[in-house]
Amino acid sequence: MTTSSHDVIVVGAGIVGAACALECAQRGMRVTVLDRDVIGGGATAAGMGHIVVMDDSPAQFALTQYSRQLWNELRAELPPDVEFERCGTIWVAADEEEMEEVRRKHTYYLARGVNAGIVNSGELEILEPSLRRGLAGGLLVPDDGVLYPPRAAGFLIERARAKGATLHPGKTVQRIGRGCIRLSDGSELSAGFIVNATGAWAPELTPGLEIRKRKGHLVITDRYPGFVRHQLVELGYLKSAHSISSDSVAFNVQPRKTGQVLIGSSRQYGVESAEVETEITAKMLRRAQFYMPGLAQLSAIRAWTGFRPATPDKLPLIGPSPEDPSVYIAAGHEGLGITTSLATGRLIVDQLSGTVSPIPVEPYLPSRAVQEPSHV
Amino acid sequence: MSEQITLTVNGLPVSVPRGTTVAVAVLLAGAVCRHSVTDEPRAPLCGMGICYECRVKIDGVAHCRGCQTLCEHGMNVRTDD
Repeated sequence: MTTSSHDVIVVGAGIVGAACALECAQRGMRVTVLDRDVIGGGATAAGMGHIVVMDDSPAQFALTQYSRQLWNELRAELPPDVEFERCGTIWVAADEEEMEEVRRKHTYYLARGVNAGIVNSGELEILEPSLRRGLAGGLLVPDDGVLYPPRAAGFLIERARAKGATLHPGKTVQRIGRGCIRLSDGSELSAGFIVNATGAWAPELTPGLEIRKRKGHLVITDRYPGFVRHQLVELGYLKSAHSISSDSVAFNVQPRKTGQVLIGSSRQYGVESAEVETEITAKMLRRAQFYMPGLAQLSAIRAWTGFRPATPDKLPLIGPSPEDPSVYIAAGHEGLGITTSLATGRLIVDQLSGTVSPIPVEPYLPSRAVQEPSHV
Repeated sequence: MSEQITLTVNGLPVSVPRGTTVAVAVLLAGAVCRHSVTDEPRAPLCGMGICYECRVKIDGVAHCRGCQTLCEHGMNVRTDD
């Protein structure tokens, strides 16, 4: 057994691992980051990159609100290539039933200090002229934003390195446990704590974690500045995207700083292959055109897929492994890992250092009793 | 002699024989098709719709491939916005 030269080894240099590494390095810990590939090469590179407050559950709201606040505090320091834009989100309501949801969400957000405003049908046409006419309205959440996730992860890692952290890309971890890490090249490392931040692959290193791969497709267009101005999400998403078992698509588009339009989204369980599937891509694009007919005239330049790390209760796992107190889990963020990465880093370092976090950590502990959401 | 048709490139009239592609009309007008994001001038490279270097705005629609589009009477081609 070698002497431990690391306080913390983070496995996985996606945006969550990067945030954990930075937070630990900022508290003076000796940090090493390992990744089998490159910084932000997994779900981080595949995702849309929204910074968004969500309220599927009170715990999800608390985590996204806190983490969005951390992003907005960091905003002035982000370099231009992170492409952070506080474009706001509009939750688009197609009909009166969805406007009811707009009003409920509005009340919920305002009561908890999140700025939001109801827009009617005519205002929606002015805010987003490319949307089809006749939509009922929406909820504008102006302090939401978008960024380019792989560069954001790169920025967090660079910061961590400036605080003394070391990064080893191209290192595949075979096994973790009891303060020890075994790499595929046979070498071993030891650390006071190991953070498993390997997203959808976390159960391979920590068997028993309830994380499943949830495949998503995205399409990006050429540059059409001004075609979309806010992140737009259909409120029908609440009906379609949250089914835990079946495949679904939902209208979700984003303006990128380049003028490109990022078009999502799809959700599939039980698919291991990363190939772009034409059937679900076509279904996703038809859904997008239903809301935004002019998309049909735009030139799409690329389509790709990624795997969200999904948990049964749609909350990430942040905290000690129930089996091994030397292993901390920071995984299972599903489609919200970009938003919630910074808060995850804080919650991890607070637990490692015995500090009380600004929000309760219990809803995210891996030892919690996980239940399927009752409304599905 | 085939029929001549007239279109505009950046507002200037250009006359070409029917069957001419927009990419050729742009070159006849002395313009380049587009500028890259690093502001380099670009012109048709492959001429068969693969390279996308001949993208122009035609009648308000951005990113049309000039080499794959035939000129029409009164067509409004822009390379400068």
